[in-house]
Amino acid sequence: MSNNLLARFAESIFWLARYMERIENLARVLDVTETHARTHLGNQDWATILEINSDHERFSASNTRISGAAVIYFYLLERDNPTSIASGMALARESARTLRHLISTEMWFQINMLNGRVQALRKRDVTPAKLSGVCAMIKEGCQAHAGITEGTLYRDAVWCFYQLGKAIERCDQTSRLVDIGYRRAMISLREEDARIVDSQLNTMLRSAAGYQAFRRRHTVRLHTDEVVDFLLFDSDFPRAMMTALNDAHAILLRLEGRHHITTSADALKILSDLRLDVLKITAKDVLDSGLHGFIDGVQQRLIACTDALGSGCFGHSSDHGDETPETAPLPS
Amino acid sequence: MPSLSKLFAHYDPNGYYCELLGSPNAQKSHLPGRGPRTDEIARRLDKMNLKTLRRRALSAEKELFNLGITFTVYSENQSVDRILPFDVLPRILTPQDWSVIERGVRQRLRVLNMFLHDIYHDQRIIKDKIIPAELVLANANFRPEMVGVDVACDTYVHICGIDIVRDAAGRFKVLEDNTRVPSGVSYVIENRHLMLRAFPDLFEGVGVRPVSDYGLRLHRALSEAAPARHGGGEVSIVLMSPGIYNSAYFEHVFLAREMGVPLVEGRDLVVDDDTVFMKTANGLERVDVIYRRIGDDFIDPEVFNPASMLGVPGLMRAYRAGRVTLANAVGTGVADDKAVYAYMPRMIRYYLDEDPILDNVHTHICREAEGLAYTLDHIDELVVKPVGEAGGYGVLIGPNASKAEIAQRRAELKADPANYIAQPVIDLSVCPTLCDGGIEPRHVDLRPFAVTGKDTWVLPGGLTRVALTKGSLIVNSSQGGGSKDTWVLEQ
Repeated sequence: MSNNLLARFAESIFWLARYMERIENLARVLDVTETHARTHLGNQDWATILEINSDHERFSASNTRISGAAVIYFYLLERDNPTSIASGMALARESARTLRHLISTEMWFQINMLNGRVQALRKRDVTPAKLSGVCAMIKEGCQAHAGITEGTLYRDAVWCFYQLGKAIERCDQTSRLVDIGYRRAMISLREEDARIVDSQLNTMLRSAAGYQAFRRRHTVRLHTDEVVDFLLFDSDFPRAMMTALNDAHAILLRLEGRHHITTSADALKILSDLRLDVLKITAKDVLDSGLHGFIDGVQQRLIACTDALGSGCFGHSSDHGDETPETAPLPS
Repeated sequence: MPSLSKLFAHYDPNGYYCELLGSPNAQKSHLPGRGPRTDEIARRLDKMNLKTLRRRALSAEKELFNLGITFTVYSENQSVDRILPFDVLPRILTPQDWSVIERGVRQRLRVLNMFLHDIYHDQRIIKDKIIPAELVLANANFRPEMVGVDVACDTYVHICGIDIVRDAAGRFKVLEDNTRVPSGVSYVIENRHLMLRAFPDLFEGVGVRPVSDYGLRLHRALSEAAPARHGGGEVSIVLMSPGIYNSAYFEHVFLAREMGVPLVEGRDLVVDDDTVFMKTANGLERVDVIYRRIGDDFIDPEVFNPASMLGVPGLMRAYRAGRVTLANAVGTGVADDKAVYAYMPRMIRYYLDEDPILDNVHTHICREAEGLAYTLDHIDELVVKPVGEAGGYGVLIGPNASKAEIAQRRAELKADPANYIAQPVIDLSVCPTLCDGGIEPRHVDLRPFAVTGKDTWVLPGGLTRVALTKGSLIVNSSQGGGSKDTWVLEQ
């Protein structure tokens, strides 16, 4: 049944999921930063977003200083920025267009419409005062996409590669968020400004859509180690790193067991090992031995897993392994 | 007979044959009887309010755009998705109309396939001097690589779109045979779905023949045409597209989805040991039949255009070895050449010993001295077309042309007569069409689609293209044409 899924389409659907996941995440982070991430003077902390996405250099190329308006424009509309929502949305739409005969009509229709709305945004529509509304529209669009996909996409190998992309992207996004959020919280802690620490933990949780969920487990004030533990290791929270690893692992098993795809064996091996290693470790171990090193290790292994999918399932020649795109493997 | 007095109160077909009301000689505002059910549809339309009609039309066009039922236009490195403008007033074909078209198309397809088999084998038609040898053998679309190659079911043209017009007397005439990669069938089906959603009231009890089984029929025909040595099991069919930047990409997606087959590009295929494989997520899988939406020149850089990035090296080797079927076959372009077209009536008589059911538009072949002389003498009454152009480009319509345009075409004719044919201006039939000023007559043509495996099936209806500009005879989408839903009424 799934045996004739083209390698190119397996890759496209994998990246479609990643783009949509990334866009939703970025919209949430922008919104949260505008609303919650304030310094003691009441200014928003826009530099954090650049740090999460490792975009300082690219941003500085076209901007002299970090202002709300500049960062918002850079991440929402800047077409020269491949990580902007407008770029991601165009790439998602292009992937969906390539995949139109495989995805549901409803999926294509909604992505096409959402892309139309995003591409129609102009500079005047994304001023800081209007940001929240725009982000709400985008998040809602991404969530509608997720719901439509859940409800209409036929669950063959196409679906598996979609879920795999989504899980790997979530793992990547949440781990980056924790890495940067924790580092900034530590800096503030050293400066003994408890209000800022609180605000940063709050931002970190909300950026992962985890504030409410966290509150159901921890009712008193925020503790750094608890927030880190929740976002990395809580296997009931949908965007926690552990949940994403479990999901990715289950999907890789399904690809092999149910759809008889054997070309994903290397990716499965890498992910199984990673998952077992993460299962053995606690938040305390991680914080004691250095969070950044740990997360860097996780990210390296996620990249290796994506590379293995590339050479196994997506038909990349193995000597191109180091080219496996972090951003966009679109047809030229 | 009831008169039409509301929506059609001011509608006047201007002496042309009207696809709804019939012959121009019938009295204005009266139903002349294109059959009682056509009359009933006219009555229902007449009762509709112009405002409602416009509202429904607008929402239908919006739906087309949002669904991405578009073709892509390129200019200044920008790609813009456009919908084929859609007119909501359907074009009606009675069972009698359809019987002529269907039989005529099947007859033509038989002959086209016999002709192609003949010219790539014994070339009897040339030896018997029915058609000049150079017209076939020196034709740019004649592929010597196909000489002596046997194709499954002797079918060369699996998918065909034949352009037909109706003259002032109500007779159908063939304008062109499209035997390479005819487009437009996806609009036929999507237009119908759109109409069913927008005008359920109009269809009620009328008996319109369905079009939605095209994908199934196509799949069946392509399966029948699988290589002969295919030993049982499911035939592996793929649709081969040049990719998302092709203007007809939507149609490729549509057809792949309707047939439930992979939509591949050249880079997804490889040839090994004269066998074609596709690269799947699980390694290589064998391919039996390729419905290719890409021209001969580009399919195999080893044999044709070496610069082609769209094709598959070695594909012709596999094809000639009989290990894969290409639909349409390589080298069918010679049959849809506008100069070869002129010989179709003679070819029908030659191969079948039958009279053509569908006539050609009378055609003067300028490569022949007589045809050239006539064309030069009557240029201001004729439509003069370059034989190698598609999409309505380069067509001179004598009666509408300026003196300078005529002088220029005369010079071109003298310099390269073989490049031209000339035809009388046909008073194309009209359809009532929703225009800015209300309901007005606009000229239409018809492209029925036929699918051939072991035998030929014709999709009931076809693409009705409509010239949206007042008085214009040019219906091509690239020249500002639109489309209409085409209803074939049940017997």
